[in-house]
Amino acid sequence: MKYIYDLHQAMRQQNLILLYEGEFTQESIKSVLAMAERNMDSTAENQGTKRKVFNVMVECLQNIVKHADELISEGYADPSAIFMIGRTDSYFTINAGNPIKNSNIEYVKSKLEQINGLDKEGLKELYKSIIKSTTISEKGGAGLGFVDMARKSGNPLGFEFHKMNDEYSFFCLQSKIDRGI
Amino acid sequence: MEILNLEGTEDTPKILLDKGNGIFEISGRSLPEDSTDFYQPVLDWIETYAEDPNPSTEFAFKLEYFNTASSKLILDVLMALEDIDGMKIIWYFDEDDEDMEEAGEEFSELVEVPFEFKTY
Repeated sequence: MKYIYDLHQAMRQQNLILLYEGEFTQESIKSVLAMAERNMDSTAENQGTKRKVFNVMVECLQNIVKHADELISEGYADPSAIFMIGRTDSYFTINAGNPIKNSNIEYVKSKLEQINGLDKEGLKELYKSIIKSTTISEKGGAGLGFVDMARKSGNPLGFEFHKMNDEYSFFCLQSKIDRGI
Repeated sequence: MEILNLEGTEDTPKILLDKGNGIFEISGRSLPEDSTDFYQPVLDWIETYAEDPNPSTEFAFKLEYFNTASSKLILDVLMALEDIDGMKIIWYFDEDDEDMEEAGEEFSELVEVPFEFKTY
């Protein structure tokens, strides 16, 4: 059972305060959100930071739910994902990992690169242009999640893709929120 | 006209639309799983109200948080309110919630309806 200790150590080293792995549904994400909120209340986190962390968490978690539904409809049996919250003295990180089709990588990457290349004003304009033209997809998304995460966090989005097999890769996304602002 | 009264939950806002008493309010948190589904009764109610509205209407948004899928539907609600004569939007925000204030400003730039900003 050394893995229990190893996992614990890994979480401590990465400053992770919450980790959820498995099936993501609206019901399970509500529990994750409630736990994270309680945690921030217990550490008397600054209201503004709390709001931003909550905001980014919701977009991130609902993204995973929508994506998992899509994978299931494509016949992917186990779209298990991971969600983590990290906290250091100066910032929070909201981390997500989920399988993505290799054929979608270019699209996701180009969207994230576009967002990371924009300043505050540019992100606002992008948000306004999307909200005016978007319709809610069958998955329930407005196509605004990444933009909103970048705006609310005030930092570029970190991302990586790790190859799982010929069809899928594991998409890792990280959003960083400065504390006490 | 029938009153639309939905109790708020941990992921859906409280909604009170009452023509007779002149109360029009959406408040709380909005992060439903299916935002289109959730806001449909609101859009339907407004459509009926628009046929015979009060001489003036103050429609209040007192939101603590909304997700991006809800933001699209809030814009749909605002667009449905846009064509009603005597319409005014009251956008409430917590005084240190700059993001909520900014969200209201952005909505006000996207529709042609007067906005008043108030803190709570």
